[in-house]
Amino acid sequence: MDFSFAPEQEELRAQARAFLATNAEPSWEELAELGWTGVSVAEAGGGAGLGFLEEAILFEEMGRALTHAPYWSTVAVTLPALPADLQAEVARGEASWTLATGPLVPDLDTATRVAYVGGDSIWELEGAEREVLSTNDETRPLGVVSGGEAGRQLASSELLPQLRARSLTALSLEACGVGSRALELAVDYAKERHQFGKPIGTYQAISHPLATTLMELELGRSLALFAAWCIAEGDPRGAIAAASAKSLCADAAVAACERSIQVHGGIGFTWEHVLHRLYKRALWIQAWEASRAQLRSEVAAHLLDGDGG
Amino acid sequence: MDLRDTPDEAQFRSELGAWLESNVPEALRGHRGGEARFSDDAVRDWSRALYEAGYIGLTWPKDYGGGGKPYSYQAIFLEETARAEAPQHLGVIGLGMAGPTIIARGTEAQKARYLQPLLSADEIWCQGFSEPDAGSDLSAVRTTARLEGSHFVVDGQKVWSSYAHIADWCILVTRSDPDSERHAGLTYLIVDMKAPGVEVRPLRQITGEAEFNEIFFSGVEVPLENVVGEVGGGWDVAMTTLLHERGTLGFALTAALEVMVGKLIELARDRGATPLQRDAVAREWIELQALRYTAYRSLSALMKTGIPGPEGSILKQQWSEAAQRVTKLALELLGPDAQLLAGNAPYGGYWQHLQLRSRGNTIEAGTSEILRNIIAERVLGLPRSR
Repeated sequence: MDFSFAPEQEELRAQARAFLATNAEPSWEELAELGWTGVSVAEAGGGAGLGFLEEAILFEEMGRALTHAPYWSTVAVTLPALPADLQAEVARGEASWTLATGPLVPDLDTATRVAYVGGDSIWELEGAEREVLSTNDETRPLGVVSGGEAGRQLASSELLPQLRARSLTALSLEACGVGSRALELAVDYAKERHQFGKPIGTYQAISHPLATTLMELELGRSLALFAAWCIAEGDPRGAIAAASAKSLCADAAVAACERSIQVHGGIGFTWEHVLHRLYKRALWIQAWEASRAQLRSEVAAHLLDGDGG
Repeated sequence: MDLRDTPDEAQFRSELGAWLESNVPEALRGHRGGEARFSDDAVRDWSRALYEAGYIGLTWPKDYGGGGKPYSYQAIFLEETARAEAPQHLGVIGLGMAGPTIIARGTEAQKARYLQPLLSADEIWCQGFSEPDAGSDLSAVRTTARLEGSHFVVDGQKVWSSYAHIADWCILVTRSDPDSERHAGLTYLIVDMKAPGVEVRPLRQITGEAEFNEIFFSGVEVPLENVVGEVGGGWDVAMTTLLHERGTLGFALTAALEVMVGKLIELARDRGATPLQRDAVAREWIELQALRYTAYRSLSALMKTGIPGPEGSILKQQWSEAAQRVTKLALELLGPDAQLLAGNAPYGGYWQHLQLRSRGNTIEAGTSEILRNIIAERVLGLPRSR
């Protein structure tokens, strides 16, 4: 039993954190040069032949950095639906994708290709009009597509539950990244900011909510990593683990941002400060795919109505 | 990263499972806590059986009667015994606190004398840390140890000491330098609970049971060879004890919570649940999974460094609040039946007892407030609040 990352995986995290800190809006070609778009693409297709655990590291780091790129929508949500030649294009940085599962479609401003669910298949959508809508989180705008026609048939829609589990897990990991950065900002501020002659972090009214935030994020991260491991290994517990993780991690990230804004006082409420952008990503994650109430009702059905438990 | 057991771990787990299946006495199954564990000879026999089968002190060095195994074996042991609803070994304080402290800081003579009888439950240990005026602030201890020739003379009072009424030995934090303050001038002693001048008075808890005690020391003679660490260096030794208390506890707590949440799900299936109650059951199950995998992460870190980190505080704090929520939710599902006790109560009063007992969970082994201080200061690096 080993629930820790290997040294090479920790190296990938360090590399990602350093790069993303200074590249908030990397081009898709840059991400491909780093080898990140093809992490799980087979080596024959120009990828690294690694798996979802390595991608998990990148989801968390991109959440932390609020990276504006269609990485989640391509790699977490669409990639397994693509045939090998299209996966190779992604690995080479020639294409990025977003999957339309409902009326609102994420990342239409950056993704080069669009897939959609029609009947019992997932298809490429060709020749559609795109409209990017004004969205709370500017780094992951929602939009709508209209017109267009079915292009290449990509995969069976039986793949959708697997894609959903990947999506929920990736969002959980992003949430951990977002929440951790909000917490770090609050901790740094609580050490520097003096009131009544002391750093405000001295006061337990400040420090205890931050300790709670750390605990919630660490619990969430454990569950998100478990879901990621299940997905990487094809473990059947993955679907429920992913739903569980998203319900927990999105709440933890939203609470982390809210507490951080409060600890920062007026500064945390300004447009100039990064906190509102982290907060808006956390709210986006909380809203997307399924609410915590929906996710918990799925878990409850699994525990109480079936043979599970 | 691989969450599966290694082949050796899997073999250990399956052998242990089979052993538990045929060895847990039916009368003891499901009775993990409560007062009965102290008086029942069967619990001591069970503890000895665990020891003789090689399941106690799994991670301790072989030289001292341990198994010399990685920490993952201890985790498997805790998971499987919780799942089998087997009672705990009687020497909880010895195994979790006194033993690891003696291994880390004791003399060779102390290791040779104390460790083996501790493992076999022939000798039971208790902890003498808290005092009426020194609870969360352990550095305020006033129990004195006065050096007279080749021994210390101990006077004072300790409180909230589980197992003291059946204990053979006590790990005792004393003030050996009367002019010292706070962390300085403390000495950590091993005290014979049968020595003249030791008096134990049980304290009745809100559950109606007496699990813990007051201990009074009047002129109790303790030989110098019973000092653990340096005279005057007791604070440091006490911190070793507390690190181990929280570090290795997480797995046991999570495993016990798993049993509770399993019973909660059964209860919700049996009695029915409203949509809000279903949501709450799902939330507690999700929280349990998060705790379990946090324990796995913490265990993996422990296996790499060998020292429990302050992250153990996270598990203890979050577990204690989860136990309080789970038990209250169970009472809500029981409705008015929840007000009945013992023989009249559904499930023999299991939930009623656990719910009251859980109020102690956020107080014992570091209050939630102290644990939040520890996390704020040692994990987040925030300035000290006092």
